[in-house]
Amino acid sequence: MSTFRIGTGAGFSSDRLEPAVDLVERGELDAIVFECLGERTVAFGHRDRMADPQRGYNSLLERRMRALLPACRKAGTVMITNMGAANPRAAAERTLSIARELGLQGLKVACIEGDDVSALVPSNQPFMDEPGTLADIDIPVVGMNAYLGADAIAPALAAGADVIIGGRLADPSMFLAPLAHRFGWDATDMARMGAGTLVGHLLECGMQVTGGYFADPGVKDVANLAACGYPIAEVQPDGSAVITKLADTGGYVSTQTVKEQLLYEVHDPARYLTPDVTADFSRVQIAAAGDNRVKVSNASGTTRPATLKVTVGFDGGFQGEAGVSYAGPAAQQRGQLAAEIMAERMARVHGIKSDLRIDLIGVSSLFATAGLRATEAQDVRLHVALRSRQKEDAETMLWEVESLLCCGPAGGGGYRGAITPCVMTKSVLIPRGRVKPSLQVMVA
Amino acid sequence: MNAPRRNERRIVRDIAHARAGDKGNTSNVNVWAYEPKDYELLKRTLTAERIKRTFPHLIRGQVTRYELPHLNGLNFVMQDALEGGVNASLNLDSHGKSFSYLLLGLELDEQDADRS
Repeated sequence: MSTFRIGTGAGFSSDRLEPAVDLVERGELDAIVFECLGERTVAFGHRDRMADPQRGYNSLLERRMRALLPACRKAGTVMITNMGAANPRAAAERTLSIARELGLQGLKVACIEGDDVSALVPSNQPFMDEPGTLADIDIPVVGMNAYLGADAIAPALAAGADVIIGGRLADPSMFLAPLAHRFGWDATDMARMGAGTLVGHLLECGMQVTGGYFADPGVKDVANLAACGYPIAEVQPDGSAVITKLADTGGYVSTQTVKEQLLYEVHDPARYLTPDVTADFSRVQIAAAGDNRVKVSNASGTTRPATLKVTVGFDGGFQGEAGVSYAGPAAQQRGQLAAEIMAERMARVHGIKSDLRIDLIGVSSLFATAGLRATEAQDVRLHVALRSRQKEDAETMLWEVESLLCCGPAGGGGYRGAITPCVMTKSVLIPRGRVKPSLQVMVA
Repeated sequence: MNAPRRNERRIVRDIAHARAGDKGNTSNVNVWAYEPKDYELLKRTLTAERIKRTFPHLIRGQVTRYELPHLNGLNFVMQDALEGGVNASLNLDSHGKSFSYLLLGLELDEQDADRS
């Protein structure tokens, strides 16, 4: 019985590095996937690329490649990643030069392009899930990327690539592609496409299936979360799999962690759309199969969508955030007074009313709109957030919060303020026939 | 939150676990009863109508509940529930990662059990 062992080395752009090296060194993996791209991440990549044509890929790419290329070569593990973000070509070329520096002669680096569809989408294209069209947005587009599926990755595997780098490769497709390649699954075998997509879906967020985003002391305890291990799937030719991790790493794999990830960012469990399949997770079986081992089976699927989703990124201006803290008796009342002063001055002195939010951390912030307030807090923080096309508005807000140190309620301290650039994203659809993925293989 | 609960009423967190995710301005929270025997109580407690009614300013769109009875699970899809979503929200938690605990904090509807 040939089992395919596939793991995750990153579940988002800033994920941890050292557990990925550990997994490659000891996991006996056939393939490892670094999923590093969200809708907003790719838009930020486009902004980076505009500032410097040699950038636009994941900022941790160099550190990851230096640590992992030698380990992957030694273990015979294929690396698949979307760290190319808005500039897969530059990412692949940088990886190639790192491979040469490290003496990894003959390493094959594949670059997948063709996800940038900014020249292919008409300006009056309607949005996927809301009213309106692209033409209704009066701020600059920074980039448009179509989600590429397993069929765009397959040629790189067929070419024997050791490292496969793309931009907007769909998260689960990066796992499905090597499974389909190894087991000879046909792209029209929707049951297998669904099964491989389930494996990808469970693994694509890394430690979210091995104990991360899960611990709740007293009811959901997780051992040694600080040393949590990345996940491994041991996949069978029929698409069923055991989800597990290296035995002596921290974390926890249980039917509970797998269930929570099964429907993470899923709407209708019977219709999960990817470029490869309309996956059906509604009848998935999840069963304990030993210590930190869970068997998943019975995923299925129907025909893949005729269109591909495209993320359109726009320049979203600036967000300012600033805060001051109050502690001890009546901290809440003093914080509330500070909030009232801020609201009045932003409106009356500066005439800035829109896109401003004022919270009292410790009393009411994350759940403020839900209408929930804590009553006992004696250590609270005023938090003010503002978004504007004009950077000056954000600067004004920061100035006003800082002025509370001398001009606001008693005992206010700990001012901090920061301004960060923003992006806005929207989704449109494109007929899949219009998107032409391309492959280039470079040898170190 | 608020004053100490009267008669120590149990909450959803006492019988179930949950995880929140986001896509655009839509939040989804999946909820799982630890024990099969509590699944009916969970379903009775967490109806789409109750969730929408409890957080009217937050959840502005439709709430849909999907059921996975063989896994004792529910999945709530809440539209227009993320204050504009990560593009527009000025909430510190613009992804609504914390929303699982909005549902886990609700009191269980144990009235039927009391009557029997």
